[in-house]
Amino acid sequence: MTAVRTPVLSPVTRPPISPPSLLRASTAIVWRNLLHIRRMPEMLLDVTVQSVMFVLLFAYVFGGAIAVEGSNYREFLLPGIMVQTMVFSSAIVAMGLTNDLQKGFVDRFKSLPVPRSAVLVGRSISSLIHSSIGVVVMGLTGLLIGWRIRNGVVDGVLGFLLLLLFGFALIWLGIWVGSLMRTVEAVQGFMFTVMFPLTFVANTFAPTETMPAWLRTIAEWNPVSAVTQACRELWGNGPPAGPDAAWPLQNAVVASVAWSLIFMAVFAPLAVSAFRRRSRD
Amino acid sequence: MTAAPAVEAVELVKHFGETRAVDGVSFVVPAGTVLGLLGPNGAGKTTLVRMLTTLSVPTGGTGRVAGYDILREPTQVRRSMGLTGQAATVDEILTGRENLKLIGSLYGLPKSYVREATERLFDRFDLTEAADRMAKTYSGGMRRRLDLAVSLLAAPPILFLDEPTTGLDPQSRSGLWTVLRELVDEGTTLVLTTQYLEEADHLADEIVVVDHGKVIAAGTPTQLKDQAGQASVVVTLTNAADLDDAARLMRSHSPEVHVERGSRRLTARAAGLGDMTRIAAVFESSGIELDDLGLARPSLDDVFLHLTGHRAEAEAAGGTTEQTPEGVTP
Repeated sequence: MTAVRTPVLSPVTRPPISPPSLLRASTAIVWRNLLHIRRMPEMLLDVTVQSVMFVLLFAYVFGGAIAVEGSNYREFLLPGIMVQTMVFSSAIVAMGLTNDLQKGFVDRFKSLPVPRSAVLVGRSISSLIHSSIGVVVMGLTGLLIGWRIRNGVVDGVLGFLLLLLFGFALIWLGIWVGSLMRTVEAVQGFMFTVMFPLTFVANTFAPTETMPAWLRTIAEWNPVSAVTQACRELWGNGPPAGPDAAWPLQNAVVASVAWSLIFMAVFAPLAVSAFRRRSRD
Repeated sequence: MTAAPAVEAVELVKHFGETRAVDGVSFVVPAGTVLGLLGPNGAGKTTLVRMLTTLSVPTGGTGRVAGYDILREPTQVRRSMGLTGQAATVDEILTGRENLKLIGSLYGLPKSYVREATERLFDRFDLTEAADRMAKTYSGGMRRRLDLAVSLLAAPPILFLDEPTTGLDPQSRSGLWTVLRELVDEGTTLVLTTQYLEEADHLADEIVVVDHGKVIAAGTPTQLKDQAGQASVVVTLTNAADLDDAARLMRSHSPEVHVERGSRRLTARAAGLGDMTRIAAVFESSGIELDDLGLARPSLDDVFLHLTGHRAEAEAAGGTTEQTPEGVTP
């Protein structure tokens, strides 16, 4: 080591420690999580390149074969893909949390005089930012291929707020899964098994009218369909649901808010208690 | 420093399901001293540290750190101590400097202090050149030093180290030992766990030997060695020709003398320092030339195997046999 020895702890008195508020601690964690994204931009592939590929694939490859009454398919598609991206934020939060638990970051954090919920709050916020980057990228791609918001600013913003609310609700599912599972690979396997049927058995990519009756019922009661329908209506990207559609599609905005609140009511307590249990040992 | 102990464990218990990882452990660490928790893998050392540092909630008992109760005043405990865990818990994607910045803002330390402290700690730990590189490019030794720097950022008066040198090469290990001794000289209280007897012997003022979640022995390194067996006086002669005369001289002071002709060495059982000085005086007046004369105690290795050996037998009798003290030798 160095020839002239400097004391390890030069100030004999301790520096002033002022335990940060939940907000400050969460901000520090968001800063750290965003640095991870900047250092590893490939982390964003899931919501950028992958989503753009979905847009192009469905718009140009499958789109021609999917008939949408009263709208063009690309306009119909964009809200669906944006909702899918928000749904994936729960997988992102779960993988991030499991990784932090596995690598000991949560332990290090717990040894500091910091509100412990800051790990969860910071994770949620950075995952929402992560997904929002995807939504922006897709919005720009959509604009290039002819998608437009046709109903004015207020409804337009309302659509995005609904997306964020739904994403935030699903994040609790992610925290729950992330606290229960031991490895990132397990989380990935589990979340994608859940996410794919959730986002495909819905009105995201194709109208539900042509599905077999039993499947149509499932698809229309799928929360993803309500949010997608709500965005389509708010942005003027598709006709209102037909008279034979299920209740959530007839009342898409109300149903989207309701589904989000139900998700939060169910998964937030499960998530917090699973995280607490995990961090007691 | 106050007279109050820096760290206290009071009948700490932790069960994981049926497993009693820690089964009623108590000890006291006076401020400014080093406690070594010594034991094989799975003895319960890490669980003890995790409970005392508020990471894990005890099933029973409690503890105090800097006078604060770990159950009732966890925030005060966290403000008073630093922890370097078994796996270096630095953020690999962040640079060394960013790691300290993150921890600094989580402690709510002033930015100017964090900048100054980062320079000082990196200079001291030879990390200045690597400060702006991602921690994943660091070697094992550098990661441990960064981890230690992170733990020391807020200058905690009490530092817990869980197997600080496991997996390090001998050079990094002795480097870390030097730093730890300096910290103690500056007044820091250390609680460290180790599987290495040499490490406990080298650093600790007081050793607590843990096995199967229980304390099986405690004391200074010297006391523990005395417990395991008697000391002996070892004399090395300059000339092999003097061996018989020397042996006769020593037998008049000790009932048991062992002679090794090849190495010109004589070993006599001794009760302690008194015997050694008496034997030294005899040689002084006899005119026999000596290369070396000293008191040899049994190594902590002997102590440890002796202690855990007994325990393993007792358990076998009780019908729950398993786990011989593997991993005892480094």
